[in-house]
Amino acid sequence: MAASRPNQLFRNMAAKIAAIPMIVTALVVFVGGTLWTVAYSFTKSRLLPKWDLVGLDQYERLWGTRRWLVSIENLFIYGVCMLVLSLVIGFILAALLDQKIRYESAFRTILLYPFALSFIVTGLVWQWILNPEFGVQNIVRSLGFESFTFDPLYNAKIAIYGILIAGLWQGSGLIMVLMLAGLRGIDQEIWKASRVDGIPAWKTYVFIIIPMMRPVFVTTLVIIASGIVKVYDLVVAQTSGGPGIATEMPAKYVYDYMFGGQNLGQGFAASTMMLLAVAVVIIPWAMLEFGGRKRGT
Amino acid sequence: MRGEYAMEPSISIRELTLKFGALTVLKGLNLDVNPGEFVVLLGSSGCGKSTLLNCIAGLLDVSDGQIFINGRNVTWEEPSQRGIGMVFQSYALYPQMTVEGNLTFGLKNARVPKAEIADRVARAAKVLQIEPLLKRKPAALSGGQRQRVAIGRALVRDVDVFLFDEPLSNLDAKLRADLRVEIKQLHQRLENTMIYVTHDQTEAMTLADRIAIMKGGNVLQFDTPNEIYNRPASRYVAEFIGSPSMNFVEGTGDLSASPRFAGTHGDFALDGYAFAGRPAGGPAAFGIRPEHIVCGPEAQAKPIHLDTKVDLVEPLGSDTLAWVHAGDQPFWVRMDGQSTIRPGDRLPIGFDPARANLFDMQTEARI
Amino acid sequence: MGHNKTPAAMPEITLASRGMVDGPSGPKPTKRLSRRNIMIYGILIVVSLYYLVPLYVMIVTSLKGMPEIRLGNIFAPPVEITFEPWVKAWAEACTGLNCDGLSRGFWNSVRITIPSVLASIAIASVNGYALANWRFKGADIFFTILIFGAFIPYQVMLYPIVIMLREIGLYGTLWGLVIVHTIFGMPILTLLFRNYFTSLPEELFKAARVDGAGFWGIYFRIMLPMSLPIFVVAMILQVTGIWNDFLFGVVYTKPEVYPMTVQLNNIVNSTQGVKEYNVNMAATLLTGLVPLAIYFVSGKLFVRGIAAGAVKG
Repeated sequence: MAASRPNQLFRNMAAKIAAIPMIVTALVVFVGGTLWTVAYSFTKSRLLPKWDLVGLDQYERLWGTRRWLVSIENLFIYGVCMLVLSLVIGFILAALLDQKIRYESAFRTILLYPFALSFIVTGLVWQWILNPEFGVQNIVRSLGFESFTFDPLYNAKIAIYGILIAGLWQGSGLIMVLMLAGLRGIDQEIWKASRVDGIPAWKTYVFIIIPMMRPVFVTTLVIIASGIVKVYDLVVAQTSGGPGIATEMPAKYVYDYMFGGQNLGQGFAASTMMLLAVAVVIIPWAMLEFGGRKRGT
Repeated sequence: MRGEYAMEPSISIRELTLKFGALTVLKGLNLDVNPGEFVVLLGSSGCGKSTLLNCIAGLLDVSDGQIFINGRNVTWEEPSQRGIGMVFQSYALYPQMTVEGNLTFGLKNARVPKAEIADRVARAAKVLQIEPLLKRKPAALSGGQRQRVAIGRALVRDVDVFLFDEPLSNLDAKLRADLRVEIKQLHQRLENTMIYVTHDQTEAMTLADRIAIMKGGNVLQFDTPNEIYNRPASRYVAEFIGSPSMNFVEGTGDLSASPRFAGTHGDFALDGYAFAGRPAGGPAAFGIRPEHIVCGPEAQAKPIHLDTKVDLVEPLGSDTLAWVHAGDQPFWVRMDGQSTIRPGDRLPIGFDPARANLFDMQTEARI
Repeated sequence: MGHNKTPAAMPEITLASRGMVDGPSGPKPTKRLSRRNIMIYGILIVVSLYYLVPLYVMIVTSLKGMPEIRLGNIFAPPVEITFEPWVKAWAEACTGLNCDGLSRGFWNSVRITIPSVLASIAIASVNGYALANWRFKGADIFFTILIFGAFIPYQVMLYPIVIMLREIGLYGTLWGLVIVHTIFGMPILTLLFRNYFTSLPEELFKAARVDGAGFWGIYFRIMLPMSLPIFVVAMILQVTGIWNDFLFGVVYTKPEVYPMTVQLNNIVNSTQGVKEYNVNMAATLLTGLVPLAIYFVSGKLFVRGIAAGAVKG
């Protein structure tokens, strides 16, 4: 009892030691690595990083490169479609599963299994199914519709939608599960109250349930968005960015310049732009989500 | 009791059965509620009281039987068509709508004319004193205010029957007592039929015109609070109502012309006892409430008196509870709050069989 | 069981009308094939078929011979079932560098996944425990950084990690990749464990401290035994995540230690030779087999895992 107050530094010493991996990861890898990349994006590093500042040269070059512009455009198309469609599909499927139906778990299992598969597997399967020579196009043609054309992966104009189909197939199950959890979290008495009030089911969803699920939608949105920016494997497996550069994505641009093109500066600049894009999504969300509360997370 | 016998019942339940798969939750239940009556469904959790209320509301489809509201068979009707308003335990307010939005959403949907809606909302808001809150959202209200809004949502429906599903359970003790009074006043003013589900016997006793005590999907007793307290139909009801619970002495009843009860501590005459039906002798439990036991010198004046020793004293301020025993027979007794009795003291107790209840050991029914 | 109603409390009229009155009685008649049900089940079945098609196509294609593939359509079941493509995919398929099939990649993935899963879970669970029960000054700051780190595109950190691994001589090795997986698994797993340990009753932790148990004593003897489910969830999350990884595999390892996904991609998308679609599909299925098996076996726990992993923030 009367012992002198122990040194603050040594309080909970074991806990502090145990937290060292976390601290190192947070500071050295996440903060340090990010700052390093951002800093070197202002250099003209090529094969090896070199501290040779060139200001915004890399960014000017980046935004003057057609391949990067196509990547951004693709990311935009893919991103918007993915966001809207997976939210809509995910919510509708969840609402259907929430109707006290039979075989619910069987349906859920089927809708979610693609999420267990990697993007590589996803990309390769859909590459095969969308193959015009053997896949969907061939089958519809053999049914008598000779002029039917459906070759998204071979038509530069619509190739990105071929990727979208695969992406939706892989990811919408997860959104469905998150939405279903959200629906199940709604107080059942709300449904009872709306039935006593005589509100039709669709109106209850639109005016009461969906507004109540706002936090779920926001979280889901953030999850989808951060997944979209990282899209890489799917494109590599399904089209390798082709035909031509029709399905290039920023993440692939970064990889190719860093490890293939031996132009590190471009890679750094492009990845910094990706970071910026994510920050634009995450920071407002984090402020919205945690701004009101005292403690993080 | 307000009801007159010639009136058609406001709510009438006939042979109502509800099954969830193999589980039978309600078993051929019958109940009649008079117009303007306040009926409380009381029982411990799982007794089927909320289930019954949900069946009346039409939120659960019945497996068998019929439900009448105001003489109309509503067994297959949608909840919104039954002429009921309902108040929920979690309030179930629509969180992103204002109080006014909550009150009007159903009416707008039913295409009630605007002027009429405004009129009804104004009236309900006045009755419930929530006028200053109309533009606020539920999140900005206290628990008591939310529950008032929830009642308001039932009120604007302009219906004869109100259903309450444990409306006060989510409130703290003080607020619960306040709102209980308000609900009672509301009932006195509106004279609607109200059915109120609770597991709280104080709420039941104070609010109800009649209480239906439920257990295992059946109504054990449907009667005035007074009758249920004084003449419980079965040992279960006797134990359920009252705190601390009724004391029981097990023994044998001799129910001939001069009825007697023989326990382990001597036998005594059951003078003045109101028998429920044809008395038959046999093993029986003699029940007496702690507050009907007289302690101290006055005990000698009672027809039955015993000498006991005090084990435990619980002073509550308003009264004092004592856990005493005579031989191996324990009793709870309730006495004056100023009592200075201490554990180990000797305490004579006495009681009058006229205030007691006798239960058959086999059927548990009151004799 | 009877209704012990005293006559006084029973209005006479109801006694008289005790029998059933005409009109609706019993359950509301609902048609099993109501329009609503047809719509719900119809949509769900169609959607389910759409989701199942790729799996079906993979399976039938992998069981056909090449001549049959060139003739028929991809949805037709195999006329003549052959397991040749599977054998070839496993043992003979060429990646451009070598021709010993996916088996090499499979074993690489096993050797990457096991230590990565163990290391990441061990570190993250201790972290989460320290954060939940032994709050110390500054812990929250590091934790917040860690969580935000989960959202930083990996591309930003790819190269700095290359440099770090090169410095410690692990670049291009299996162990380097293990470290990378441990680092990138940390945010989600730490959050998962922290939240779980926070949900355990604090009295338990306090009681153990009063009894004189220390940091590790409480972790091993109180927390671990109570947390089996969350460890299983974390394991499912990590095994599937690491098994399915492509980017880290391709960046941080050399061809000899490429994980299965990288090798699969090299086999299927190699530009040399005639495309053997049946072998490709067999290889694809083989690669998907491990996570699929985990998914179908673990069911609910898997869903919990991905939900936890998904709700990162």
